[in-house]
Amino acid sequence: MKIRDPQDFWAGMMFMAFGAAAIFFARNYAFGSAARMGPGYFPSVLGGILVALGLITALRGLAFAGPAIGRFNWRPLLLVSGSIVLFGAALQGLGLVIAIFLLIIGSALGGHEFKLKEVLILALCLTVGSVAIFIYGLQLQIPMFPGQH
Amino acid sequence: MEIIQNLILGLGVALTPINMLYCFFGVLLGTLIGVLPGIGPVATIAMLLPATFALSPVTALIMLAGIYYGAQYGGSTSAILVNIPGETSSVVTCLDGYQMARQGRAGAALTVAALGSFFAGCVATVVIAGFAPPLAEVALKFGPSEYFSLMVLGLVAAVVLAHGSLIKAIAMIVLGLLLGLVGTDVNSGVSRFAFNVPELSDGIGFVIVAMGVFGFTEVIVNLEHEEKRDIFVKKVSGLWLTMAEFKAVTPAVLRGTVLGSFLGILPGGGALLASFAAYSFEKKVSKNRANFGKGAIEGVAAPESANNAGAQTSFIPLLTLGIPSNPVMALMVGAMTIHGIQPGPQIVTNQPELFWGMIASMWVGNLMLVVLNLPMIGLWVKLLTVPYRILYPAILLFCAIGIYSLSNSSFDIYLAVLFGLLGYVFVKLACEPAPLLLGFILGPMMEENLRRAMLLSRGDATVFFTHPISLGLLITAAILLLVVVSPAIRKKREDVFVE
Repeated sequence: MKIRDPQDFWAGMMFMAFGAAAIFFARNYAFGSAARMGPGYFPSVLGGILVALGLITALRGLAFAGPAIGRFNWRPLLLVSGSIVLFGAALQGLGLVIAIFLLIIGSALGGHEFKLKEVLILALCLTVGSVAIFIYGLQLQIPMFPGQH
Repeated sequence: MEIIQNLILGLGVALTPINMLYCFFGVLLGTLIGVLPGIGPVATIAMLLPATFALSPVTALIMLAGIYYGAQYGGSTSAILVNIPGETSSVVTCLDGYQMARQGRAGAALTVAALGSFFAGCVATVVIAGFAPPLAEVALKFGPSEYFSLMVLGLVAAVVLAHGSLIKAIAMIVLGLLLGLVGTDVNSGVSRFAFNVPELSDGIGFVIVAMGVFGFTEVIVNLEHEEKRDIFVKKVSGLWLTMAEFKAVTPAVLRGTVLGSFLGILPGGGALLASFAAYSFEKKVSKNRANFGKGAIEGVAAPESANNAGAQTSFIPLLTLGIPSNPVMALMVGAMTIHGIQPGPQIVTNQPELFWGMIASMWVGNLMLVVLNLPMIGLWVKLLTVPYRILYPAILLFCAIGIYSLSNSSFDIYLAVLFGLLGYVFVKLACEPAPLLLGFILGPMMEENLRRAMLLSRGDATVFFTHPISLGLLITAAILLLVVVSPAIRKKREDVFVE
């Protein structure tokens, strides 16, 4: 057995995993009958369909050749998602201003070019704009500085 | 003439200063994000949804609709001038539009794109006004079994029209349906797939999913490639068409408009499909077909008219049946729900101001767009010189604040990041995210209608085949599926998307 189309094969595996998980967790919910469907009915059926579709996709990945999976580019992936998480974590306690600087500097590090001066100016402009639009304009309940929560 | 009366009613709503202002804001923003590659209408509308809380429903919908069709105008600008589609629906415009720019005819290409879009937009507005009310009347007679079958048809159509592997697209829909079920089941009160996380008990917000797989994923994927933007034309001149060009584009615009209007109505249709189909159709029937790919003006006119027509007529299934046909319409459902409006056939009769006001605003908005896009083209060219490294942190910030403001919770931001990572895996495995979002929106509706239909028929599944409308819808879905699976069509479908 050789994986000839890794994209299809692993996509199939992913679908099977999701489908199996759906069935596994749905077994805790009442299944009911066709006339009176319980909360477990629809998800179980969908889970079954998903497993079947995943199986077909994975088998196709073994049968037909296809393109390789593109390399994961970890730098933008981790820096971008990491800085958004950081933003979310900082928002309540440290306030919008610090959170914006964390997000902008962090995500800018994930790009191809990093010019500190440019990034700081960008962060400053976005801070002023966001405070004006979101806190004064739309009156969102976001603390601006640390300790205002 | 009832239509005219209704349109006058609509214009009365659309022409109030506040609605004009937000319509302008919507189309301006639409053009902006249309011009800029790397951010599309889905992420933008998702971002702005929370901000529309304060507006009246009709104003909010007018603005959000403006973003969608405004993006169709803006998308052509970057396609023609930089050879980068600002929107996916402008991919085919690059082929001939950029060649025209290289030959010094950028102005003509932009004019054709804008005027073609304007003409198509006007026609599509009339099409909606004419078709939507009777369709809504039919839809009012729909019971749960008809609705279920209709959703099956919609999802099948979405798959057929998506590119890439058919089975994967279906699997993505099913995965979307499953994700849509997370949260408290309305019938039994049982919390499903929430794993005792309180934030999940109300379900996952569709904005979170949309921002994750369309906003965050897109930024990450864009950062994988080194940015390359060659702006061929620094200054656009010669906006006027020659007489010969005008003669050549007229039939192309007409064909594009008709095809686009029709494909927009289909469930699963919209701007993207319309532009692809119009380009390949024009390439077959045009007198000038030998020049396609080398700067044929028809190759700009047809897809640009079609994508705008399709963008607008895709509101028909939403406004008449309450069923979104593409991710943008799915977001419009969300916008309506935020404002307490149940999308569906009753909108036409119960809320005529909303319905007709929105339609009339499209005409107003198209007029604004022509002005925005032709005389002010210099501004958009300048905008294209803003590098992506400045843009993407700003995009991320607005997405993140938008998500947070939904329910003042950082948890939603983390969840969106999770979907962003999942979206990245989807991209690597060549799985289209659009069907997932459609399934996600339709999941709860589909389950609800399935349950009700089965309850009414006492568990007899043949109810879907004995009701004539339901049967017709299912047969259409089956035919669609069979047609796509047949080898001849399959090859053709691949050809279309390869171009």
